[in-house]
Amino acid sequence: MSGYRLAAGGRIDRSRPLAFSFDGQGYQGFAGDSLASALVASGVTLFGRSFKYHRPRGLVGMGPEEPNALVTVDRGPARITPNLRAPQVALHDGLQAKSQNRWPSLKFDVAALNDVFGALFPAGFYNKTFMWPRSAWEKLYEPVIRQLAGLGDSPVARDPDHYDATYAHCEVLVVGGGIAGITATLEAAAHGGRVILIDEQDELGGGALADPVQWAALDALKEKLAAAGNVTVMTRTTAFGYYHQNFIGATQSLTDHLAPADASGPRERLWRIRAGEVVLAQGAIERPLVFNGNDVPGVMLASAGRMLALRYGVAVGHAVVVMAAHDSGWRDALALAGAGVHVAAIIDVRNVVGADLADAARDAGIAVHIGCAITAVHGRHAVTGVTFAANGTGPACKLACDAVLMAGGWTPSVHLWSHAKGSLTWSEAWGAYLPGTPIENCRAVGAGAGAWDMGHGVVTAVLPSHIDVRAQKAFVDFQNDVKARDIHLAVQEGMRSIEHIKRYTTNGMATDQGKTSNLNGLQIASAALGRPVEQIGLTTFRPPYTPQTFGALMGHHKDALFQPVRKSPIDEWATEHGAVFENVSNWRRARYFPRGGEDMDAAVLRECAAVRRSVGIFDASTLGKIEVVGPDAAEFLNRMYTNPWKGLQPGRCRYGLLLREDGFITDDGVSARMADDRFHLTTTTGGAARVLGMMEDYLQTEWSDLDVWLTSTTEQWAVIALQGPRARDVIAPLVSGIDLGAEAFPHMAVREGTIAGVPTRLFRVSFTGELGFEINVPASEGRKVWEEVWDAGQAHGITAYGTETMHVLRAEKGFIIVGQDTDGTMTPYDMGLDWAVGKKKPDFVGKRSLARPDMGLPGRKQFIGLLTEDPQDLLEEGAQVVADPDAPMPMPMIGHVTSSYRSAALGRTIALAVIADGRARIGQTIFVPMPGKVIRATVTAPMFYDAEGSRLNA
Amino acid sequence: MILIHCPYCEEDRPEVEFTYGGEAHIARPLDPGALDDRQWETYLYIRRNPRGAHAERWRHAHGCARFFNAVRDTVTDRFEVTYKTGEPRPAGDTK
Repeated sequence: MSGYRLAAGGRIDRSRPLAFSFDGQGYQGFAGDSLASALVASGVTLFGRSFKYHRPRGLVGMGPEEPNALVTVDRGPARITPNLRAPQVALHDGLQAKSQNRWPSLKFDVAALNDVFGALFPAGFYNKTFMWPRSAWEKLYEPVIRQLAGLGDSPVARDPDHYDATYAHCEVLVVGGGIAGITATLEAAAHGGRVILIDEQDELGGGALADPVQWAALDALKEKLAAAGNVTVMTRTTAFGYYHQNFIGATQSLTDHLAPADASGPRERLWRIRAGEVVLAQGAIERPLVFNGNDVPGVMLASAGRMLALRYGVAVGHAVVVMAAHDSGWRDALALAGAGVHVAAIIDVRNVVGADLADAARDAGIAVHIGCAITAVHGRHAVTGVTFAANGTGPACKLACDAVLMAGGWTPSVHLWSHAKGSLTWSEAWGAYLPGTPIENCRAVGAGAGAWDMGHGVVTAVLPSHIDVRAQKAFVDFQNDVKARDIHLAVQEGMRSIEHIKRYTTNGMATDQGKTSNLNGLQIASAALGRPVEQIGLTTFRPPYTPQTFGALMGHHKDALFQPVRKSPIDEWATEHGAVFENVSNWRRARYFPRGGEDMDAAVLRECAAVRRSVGIFDASTLGKIEVVGPDAAEFLNRMYTNPWKGLQPGRCRYGLLLREDGFITDDGVSARMADDRFHLTTTTGGAARVLGMMEDYLQTEWSDLDVWLTSTTEQWAVIALQGPRARDVIAPLVSGIDLGAEAFPHMAVREGTIAGVPTRLFRVSFTGELGFEINVPASEGRKVWEEVWDAGQAHGITAYGTETMHVLRAEKGFIIVGQDTDGTMTPYDMGLDWAVGKKKPDFVGKRSLARPDMGLPGRKQFIGLLTEDPQDLLEEGAQVVADPDAPMPMPMIGHVTSSYRSAALGRTIALAVIADGRARIGQTIFVPMPGKVIRATVTAPMFYDAEGSRLNA
Repeated sequence: MILIHCPYCEEDRPEVEFTYGGEAHIARPLDPGALDDRQWETYLYIRRNPRGAHAERWRHAHGCARFFNAVRDTVTDRFEVTYKTGEPRPAGDTK
């Protein structure tokens, strides 16, 4: 027990005690406390276990830089938030927090054995050790590493909280509400226009909150902010990313600081802010010093000790030693002493320190050891003392203490500045990078800009020591357990770029993104490489500045709003009739209609048989549809599709095949010529938008001389496919104005008339191989017409079928599905669609590519059918096909199965595949190796049913 | 989220309304059949990929649906200028 609550002081409200728990034990704090300050006040030193070695760790900082004190806050079932930084968790009554990465308990952690065997875990350990055997990675290494090297656990249940998202626009956005940020806000406000000030803390003030001398001035500034009519102030709001054109992402925490009973409304709100000018007033983060034992709980930043004492009224210990390399450590020591904290000694690594500081310290009763460095910190779960020596190498002196404060200088927070690609300039005086030239309309102010008198300090944060660096536990990155010697080792093993050193050692790669470790790591690398820091450069800063919740980033985009579900006009009917649905691109489509406990196989076999025997009804409304209109419509389609279109007579349909310019199939569909200057195009369900975009591209940018208009009509038409030998009989009583006779209305024709009193474009087309119609009616009339057809079909045994049956029926006929049987590398010749290519056309999209020599080389995969030797063996779609199952590994693969089904009509399984030189292999046996067995199959033509097409033309 | 100026709508609109269309000013040959394989390859696949100013096609897909051209700096992602399809690349846009 070392920390304690001071008798007076701080900005906490001592009249409002708050009860909370940490690892199940009850504690008390006050309103205005953070979890960290309340725990330190209660004497807690041990906050967590480190990532790799499971070393006991305490609090280091009092802001977003905190690397160790990561806690899980439990706000009830499914409201468990891991990895929160204790100093940034506002205390509320009933708060329940627990430590992480320890088992079975924080004080006794079995995995701390890693620390004993620490020599086994050097830099690059993961890269070196777990490379082989490969199979061990999945089964052994990864699960074990995940168990040992973890942060907090994610909640298992779905997050019940609501997250808001909104936009804001302003002339000036100020990020950071310290004195510099408030001042910049007031200056901007004086010029008029909208000004937004955001700050991540509960209250404005930044560093001044740890300086009571400034509180009166701070209050006066806050009053001015409140009085300005054009200023919006948002606290508990973290600007996490700075994007192009002054676009800032910020998350506002709305309820986490409240007791659950008091919380209502959204938990967080994501702000997307577009600003004319951005002013970054992010301040600076104090740098730790790198010395042996600098991670023992109780060793923390001097700024944290000061913040605890002066903002929260908490002493970090009964005997505090300040280890300084910078004047600010002396000021903090004096401030602590003034607040009633016993500062035992200041040890300063520098040989010369300003006389005013030294005198003031002595006057305050603080022992002063100049030109000395700590060489060891004693204690395991809490500091019990330090050993120090002159220059780190002289005779060792021991000093009892229960807290050590490090003052290693300051690192301006340039994170957001760097997100926006602003340049950085090395400052020798600061020993840090400062904002240089911005790309955006942006400026930095205050400590974050280096515009602050920090006093003098030394550039290096690594303390000399008489102990061999290899034996030291001198940590650079606390969260990722990177020691000074790891960086030396990385350099020794050949890493030269700071980006490589970072990844090899993982320095700066933890959730704190190196807020305390980047500069120290850089300086150690600089010394090891023998090159000045500014020549080594800095690793890249990327959003987010601090970890953000997935909830805030998702906002409203969940459940039904995650991705819009497109539903056809028949969707509700299908639901009422028990359809099982599947998603096809963004559409929800009926997959099959099970009856009385049928599984999919049984339902599909029944549906398939019904279509071939009598008649089936299918919702094809999702087909992409484009109305192509204009005097040059035929010429345009002639250029787009492989087929000739100019000779197509009005009232007739044609199968169109669309290639990309590289010659590969991208879409297909049956289209109808409604009039000389009007076509009704159909595309695949998933290709509708892509095809329209592609056609618009050619029309707008290549052939702007053509007078053609393209209009998407996908959602304007409901399409009812009626397929089977009784199809004509079903619609005959409903149709007027159209002669349905086989000769008057042949296969691949289109007629306009009415059906059930509704105007229709009636296509006689078939994707099943049966006599069939596709009834296009306005979407608003879709369900009405569907139901009339359904009723009329009852006398004929009409059966509703879904996409699965549609797939089987078309596969029996060898009709391709683009994207399933083709994969973006298939030409019309590969797919056996030579007949669809207009040989006499001088040009169409993709024609020139088809003439490339490679397109005709032997060995290309060709579309064929497969019949397994055992008629009940069902091949797996995607399964690889081989010619010789006994060939040595790696076995040459000649193709793969693209479609595979149980065929009711054939009473056996069928499959489609693409295999090398497939058409020349017809009649041969190929093999499909599967786990446990090799399936033999015979190559056939891709046509299993009614090859002569008599049923289709009936 | 970049704002892009649509030269047809004459408005700055958020980038989510637009789709990218590759390098600009590559006209499809009027008679592809007259090109040898190397020329066709050049038309089909060979692109400049510069560091800096890049003339490229964009489409205001969720707006006017028109294709237009833009000069964008590939280093800063800054749009220097946008202009209508068919217009020449503006002179002096390169820094």
